[in-house]
Amino acid sequence: MVEHSQDGAKPAGETILEVKDLVVQFKTEDGIVTAVDGLSYSLRRGETLGIVGESGSGKSVTNMAVMRLLPEPPAIIPRGQILFKGKDLLKTAKSEMRKFRGNQISMIFQDPMTSLNPFLRISTQLVETLELHQNMGRKAAEAKAIEMLERVGIPGAPRRFKQYPHQFSGGMRQRVMIAMMLLNDPELLIADEPTTALDVTIQAQILDLLKDLQRDFNTGITLITHDLGVVAGMADKIMVMYSGKTMEAASALELFETPAHPYTLGLLRSIPRADATGQRLYSIPGRPPDLNRRPPGCPFAPRCDFVRDVCNERFPDETILSPSHRVYCHATDEVQSKVKAGLIDIPSRREAQEGAAPAAGEGA
Amino acid sequence: MSDSPKPIISLRNFRVHFPIREGVVFRRLKGMVKAVDGLNFDIYEGETLGLVGESGCGKSTTGRGILQLYRPGVAHVSGEVLYKGQNLNELGRSSKGLNVMRPLRRDLQIIFQDPYASLNPRMTVGNIIAEPLKVHELIKGEANLMKRVRELLEVVGLSPAMAKRYPHEFSGGQRQRLGIARALSLNPRFIVCDEPISALDVSIQAQVMNLMSDLQERFDLTYLFIAHDLAAVKHISDRIAVMYLGKVVELAGGDEIYDRPMHPYSQALISAVPIPDPRAAGKERILLEGDVPSPLSPPSGCRFHTRCPFAIDICKTKEPELLEAAPAHQVACHRVEDGSLPTHVKA
Repeated sequence: MVEHSQDGAKPAGETILEVKDLVVQFKTEDGIVTAVDGLSYSLRRGETLGIVGESGSGKSVTNMAVMRLLPEPPAIIPRGQILFKGKDLLKTAKSEMRKFRGNQISMIFQDPMTSLNPFLRISTQLVETLELHQNMGRKAAEAKAIEMLERVGIPGAPRRFKQYPHQFSGGMRQRVMIAMMLLNDPELLIADEPTTALDVTIQAQILDLLKDLQRDFNTGITLITHDLGVVAGMADKIMVMYSGKTMEAASALELFETPAHPYTLGLLRSIPRADATGQRLYSIPGRPPDLNRRPPGCPFAPRCDFVRDVCNERFPDETILSPSHRVYCHATDEVQSKVKAGLIDIPSRREAQEGAAPAAGEGA
Repeated sequence: MSDSPKPIISLRNFRVHFPIREGVVFRRLKGMVKAVDGLNFDIYEGETLGLVGESGCGKSTTGRGILQLYRPGVAHVSGEVLYKGQNLNELGRSSKGLNVMRPLRRDLQIIFQDPYASLNPRMTVGNIIAEPLKVHELIKGEANLMKRVRELLEVVGLSPAMAKRYPHEFSGGQRQRLGIARALSLNPRFIVCDEPISALDVSIQAQVMNLMSDLQERFDLTYLFIAHDLAAVKHISDRIAVMYLGKVVELAGGDEIYDRPMHPYSQALISAVPIPDPRAAGKERILLEGDVPSPLSPPSGCRFHTRCPFAIDICKTKEPELLEAAPAHQVACHRVEDGSLPTHVKA
């Protein structure tokens, strides 16, 4: 392993992606719905950003917007910038966008069953991307494609190269997807729940593979997931989204050990943990708001244990807690002081204090 | 949790095989998918038995097979499923048996994984929940039925006024509550929970799991909790059975199996669970090579030997039995049996 990730201060590559004040809306029968509401974040080369949130939080829409894959209309992007290596993708023509997509920016989806064309051999699909983006000859393209299948750990690659997607298992298909996106040596990889459809042992293989490949190719990865276990193992920094807005963004360690937003706190506390069998789980009351009936002020206020009057009136300003840690909450002082005083039981924090010391020592 | 371990369901050499046929006219038998192949264990009254394993290992088939949800032509169910002294597998085969089975069915219910697909979109919620009551003719009269429906909605934490609504008006978590209300309508004793929280959001999962624990206590329910999310299974289960390719490879108390997994497959499975703690990111994981082999032609001997880092010659030829390796801890592994398995890192 590369020695980094502990405090988020990893050898900083150049910034490849910068999203500024992004707003994404959809025209629906019930009027205009705002799915992403003023989102800002950035990603460096070789870095992994985890985006965590529940369904409807806007995490997938954000990344579809970055790929410019949202059909417009019904989608509208009234505001914001998506800077890829300094170039605003929102101002890029469709034809030019095609050169970025699959080439410099790649995406892998949750469901490897539906993202490969079932009628075409794996070989055709892999070679196509090379011919399209790199003007490679067929022979050279085939050789490179087979090499990449071997690289992602598909046994018997030359033989399997000629097979159809249904002849591959879920884990193997996801490997094919990863091979496909790596063929063009992307600088930015967007992985939208890449392992959600897979079994844990296969998930472990795929996550390890992504880490290895990131190290070799210095790819920047945006990892979208709802699994806090997965982000904890993969991400250098984490952004927590709720109802289209950032609630908190921090380095992985800061987020798990000194969460400063009640929603983050709620998520961390509701993870079932091995050391608490039989006890009741903490659960966040209520459910996420409908996007077209979002409350004024902070969208999390109706479910929040720390709610104050002001929360129902206006969305909180940004509070900067460290160079890598920002939070949007009116009650963050209270959250932080209670977490610090140990008044709230957070499993990840408890474990960190008790058990992890020797493990951290081994790694050094 | 009950103090006296009295079995409510006992499985004896329980198998579910699916015939694979080929050809249009003659439908030759091409082979058998041995989805579940010889299970022997008891489920105790009042406990939650977790059943974990990867897709295709037969965990859902086990749950459905116990409840006799497969038609005879579709699957060959053999061995014994004992409930109240009756072998449910036998009862399904004769019309006389079916009459005995009918009242027993009320006791045995299921909650499905997909709260979107398991509720009929054209029926009101009230009718969905009342349907089992109508089928079993337990409550007479529309007014009494609706009274029971409202009661059930309240039990699962929904408003009784929602009985007139349709499933699409509900969120995923609420739909799962409806599925639970339907399962509870006949006052069951045993519920197969087939991945009940897998399709739900994180903050909703905790709500549904708490509800299930509360209901278990309130109505003395026994759960067979099937899931691939090991942390959730660990949280809710008293004991856990690990399945691999149609076999149980290890069965022990939840803490025991997490702290001291003995079977190499359980060890790999547990070490693969992502830990929500960035400091554990560098943790050594046991990575298994390859995929699960096809249950159409499972490997000889121990089915795990093709992926097992500790396999020796005997593993390829002789199938290991599920034996007690420590008090209340059963393992099916030759190398655990003869004590030659290298001690693992955890502990």
